[in-house]
Amino acid sequence: MLYNDPSPLETKVLTRRFGMANSASIETYLATEGYQAFRKAAGMKPEEIIEEMKVSNLRGRGGAGFPAGMKWSFVPRTSPKPKYIVVNADESEPGTCKDRVLIENDPHQLIEGVLIAGLAVDAHAGYIYVRGEYRYLIEVLEKAIAEAYEKGWLGKNIQGTGFDFDLYPHTGAGAYECGEESALLESLEGKRGIPRIRPPFPAVVGAFQCPTVLNNVETYCAAPAILRDGGAAYAALGVPKAGGTKMTCLTGHVNKPGVYELKMGFPVKQMIEEVGGGIRLGRKLKAFIPGGSSCPVLTAQEVEGATMDYDSMAQRKTMLGSGGVIIMDDHTCMVKAALRIMRFYAHESCGWCIPCREGTTWLKKILERFHGGGGTRTDIDLIGDIARNMLGRTFCPLGDAAAMPTISIVEKFRHEFEDHLNGKPCPYEHESQAVTV
Amino acid sequence: MADPVKLTIDGKEVQAAPGTLVIDAAKTVGIEIPAFCYYEGLSLQAACRMCLVEVEKMPKLMTACTLPVAEGMVVRTETPQVATARKYMLELLLTNHPLDCPVCDKGGECELQDMAFRYGAGESRYTETKVHTPEKQFSPVVYFDAPRCILCFRCVRICGEGLGVGALGVINRGVLSEIAPNHGDHLECDECGACIDICPVGALTSGAYRYQTRPWEMTHVGTICTHCSDGCKTTLGTRNDRIIRGNNRDRSGVNGEFLCIKGRYGFDFYDHPERLQAPLVRTNGKLEEVSWSRALWAVAARFKQAIADGGSVGVIGSNHTTNEENYYLAKFAREVLKTNHIDHHRTGDVTTLVDALSGKSGKLATVADLYERKAVLVLGADLALEHPLLAYQMRANFRHHKAHIYAVTEGPVREDQYAAASVRGRDYERLREKLKAEPELVVVFDDSYKGDDIRKLVEFGEGLEIPVRYICLVDYSNSRGALDMGLVPGPGGMRIPEMLAEELSVLWVVGSNPLKPAAGGQGARDRKCSFLVVQDMFLTETAQQADVVLPAACAYEKNGTITNVSGEVQRLKRAVSTMGAKPDLEIMGFIAREMGMAAALGPWTPEAVFEEIRKNIHGYEISLPAIELGGAAQTMPVNGSILVDNRPDLVHSDHNGLFTSGTLGRYSKVLKSVVESR
Repeated sequence: MLYNDPSPLETKVLTRRFGMANSASIETYLATEGYQAFRKAAGMKPEEIIEEMKVSNLRGRGGAGFPAGMKWSFVPRTSPKPKYIVVNADESEPGTCKDRVLIENDPHQLIEGVLIAGLAVDAHAGYIYVRGEYRYLIEVLEKAIAEAYEKGWLGKNIQGTGFDFDLYPHTGAGAYECGEESALLESLEGKRGIPRIRPPFPAVVGAFQCPTVLNNVETYCAAPAILRDGGAAYAALGVPKAGGTKMTCLTGHVNKPGVYELKMGFPVKQMIEEVGGGIRLGRKLKAFIPGGSSCPVLTAQEVEGATMDYDSMAQRKTMLGSGGVIIMDDHTCMVKAALRIMRFYAHESCGWCIPCREGTTWLKKILERFHGGGGTRTDIDLIGDIARNMLGRTFCPLGDAAAMPTISIVEKFRHEFEDHLNGKPCPYEHESQAVTV
Repeated sequence: MADPVKLTIDGKEVQAAPGTLVIDAAKTVGIEIPAFCYYEGLSLQAACRMCLVEVEKMPKLMTACTLPVAEGMVVRTETPQVATARKYMLELLLTNHPLDCPVCDKGGECELQDMAFRYGAGESRYTETKVHTPEKQFSPVVYFDAPRCILCFRCVRICGEGLGVGALGVINRGVLSEIAPNHGDHLECDECGACIDICPVGALTSGAYRYQTRPWEMTHVGTICTHCSDGCKTTLGTRNDRIIRGNNRDRSGVNGEFLCIKGRYGFDFYDHPERLQAPLVRTNGKLEEVSWSRALWAVAARFKQAIADGGSVGVIGSNHTTNEENYYLAKFAREVLKTNHIDHHRTGDVTTLVDALSGKSGKLATVADLYERKAVLVLGADLALEHPLLAYQMRANFRHHKAHIYAVTEGPVREDQYAAASVRGRDYERLREKLKAEPELVVVFDDSYKGDDIRKLVEFGEGLEIPVRYICLVDYSNSRGALDMGLVPGPGGMRIPEMLAEELSVLWVVGSNPLKPAAGGQGARDRKCSFLVVQDMFLTETAQQADVVLPAACAYEKNGTITNVSGEVQRLKRAVSTMGAKPDLEIMGFIAREMGMAAALGPWTPEAVFEEIRKNIHGYEISLPAIELGGAAQTMPVNGSILVDNRPDLVHSDHNGLFTSGTLGRYSKVLKSVVESR
């Protein structure tokens, strides 16, 4: 099902079947050019498929933005071990809700993308690692996978191409940490979801110690379009260094929150005003998070002239991330926002390394006290200081994810912290509670 | 080996083999990079982040514990950035650490204290409430205080990787992460206590040691465990002439840091309430305490009378007494008592092995060989239970060197988990082709192989056309030494069963319990001899029937040498003394003096007797510095076999597991306290 009305400003590539009757069924899929890209890819050499992916300028949609074609090319051509395709559907970044709609509305597109990756690296088995809280998607996937087996799009000798592929859905147990690729692999193998020491990277030593392609749902979903229409056509949709469209989750204080497929490089202002229908209650923008709660926040001023792509965001010292846009209006308490974010990371820290385990909890405790009016002026510096000393020193990026928004909030909204000093109650509490959207 | 890699650490040129980690490379030039979770020999964690260093051309600080050296790499370990990172890590660690150092067992030996002292900040900015959870008892010997835990996961790794047990794990996540035992609220494991020793802080503490003393109040004596034949070095912490603790944190000896429950806690028999502290002489049918001089006089008088009457005298020696004592006893028996009726409880047929290998050299394996050789074949024994050090060495060999382990045993054994091949039964010949393909092999076998079995086995081994070394398993701390020192019958001499069956004039039992009920038998056997002298620590079944009982010192109360299962000689050092008891060597010396024969036998100090052993016992011409410095020197009695009318059928092992140790084990409270021993 769809959770929001589409916007006329969208560029429908991955979402082209959204809204169609029975969009998740294999009949609808096959009737709308479904699995044609696989047929085409089956007639190509693996290196040609990878080349097409490279030409498409598709960058990993999980958040890090690593070029997908290049990632696929790292898998050794010949390996005495089997190779695996793993789909990261552990979508847990606050603000991000795109993978669930892709799976729910068009699961065969994901399956086809996985098959194309299988052809590209000569893998014959794949796993879809689904976030524990997305258990309902397992039914969707099981149904789609069963249909695909039934119609000969999975299994032995797929459609007479001689290519075999088996695909299995697998649920996580509700850990944000398992969205980190190596922790996901540990969890997939049945172990505690703790990240691995890298190198080696999954392309060489991945699932079950075998070479593995591991990408986000959206990344695989882009592959059929790229193979069908050509990498160049896909690249042309975006900006020079990043091709295609981006599933953008517009959340927070906008009138029309939802998941929209926008061209890479879509202007932020236009996105908020026209796609999202503007800020609720006619209020002003205070803070903007472009790609999930782990990105540094931008002020309304910094958003001026920004576009939704990697470079524009990097110039502003933040990240495009997963496309989980969080809009905060001018009635938002930024101390509370920092606290809300830190509660999440303290809850989700896996406990492996000291700075993340202890740092997130310490920050959460200080922010709780601070927001309750028990803060002191030195706490403001302390918060920034702890966060800065977590940054880049944790075992995996979870610590960075907790540190980056905190640092930016303290730096950019220091005055709001000062407003909470001297035992004063939160100056925004009254207003933010009065309005619910 | 590949060419060394050249790099620079803090301006010093360093050369290291490719693959060396920066943290280890730094050590070679005296640069210490602090770490909690990094532990040599265990898998890498990079969890504590203490070892972060600056590396040129790297955007972020790198963990020296996971970073292999690279040509031209420039590493800095003492920059302001690194110092700040370390300080912050310690501050973060201390946020939830209870700082109960004044009452913590680890105080003074705590790595967190040391690190805070060297790298930490003087004060904390943490003002929030600490997470507190109550202390838990995992087992009689393992306590866990979660708030002190810094989650370095050393305990989890030593248990899983080192011991192959995996009894410890982690539950919950984030700041609530906690080390947990395998059975919910308690541990069921080897109870070896390795987790306690390896804990850098006072999170895991020892049930035997906790709240007994401050570490700096102890004197540390490095000696050898007196239980099984593996010969682990154990460092005894003593205070006021009491043993408070056993461990081996300096990783010396043949065992490195390994110890099982016996080595770490099993010393506790020494102050058992039933310990004998005065000689006993049978008067009117009852054993009564007497002075040493009266007891010695009584023994000497009967000995002299037996010699004068031409009576038969039997001597049974011990598997636990020192080489010096065994040598002196054998000499006493032969030269003073003029008897060939000498024996001890033989637990492995070393005699046949040595005989079968006669004429060859370098055929006996050492404990180190089990870690270094490419392949090991285990026959019969459940090594992890009966010889835990040997099993530990093999496991480490598999983990570190991918050694091939072959297990040919009657039932399933722990080695099956990683064995290249497991065979149930005795058909090791099935492995011939596989073993032939190995570059070298160590064969370890127990008492189920004796006599002709061993000759066949040696023939099989020598037929593999690869270098093969052997270990014949024996039970006790000096089983091997007792044989080497000649506690075996001379020509026409009786063996233990005959001595017990005959009506001897005198039977002299030193540190042995031959009248104990046989396995499955009903009650103790009755003595047949006219006069029975027993030297022992406890009133054993044999001592209860004696005419004179002389209280003996235990291994932790005397000096001397013992020889382990693989023929390695190591020094025992006196740690404590028990009032009233004397070392067996001294007792024998006094008896000789009382008989007026002391001069004939020579001085009875351990040093003097050991010199004699080095001169007279074949294979014991070992270098003194090796064992003087606390090391081990292997004896090689291979060329020129031990002259004995061997009776392999009389060889039998007690097959002690982890929680039994013959008669001695019956007096250890700790071995009986753990659930696994019930």
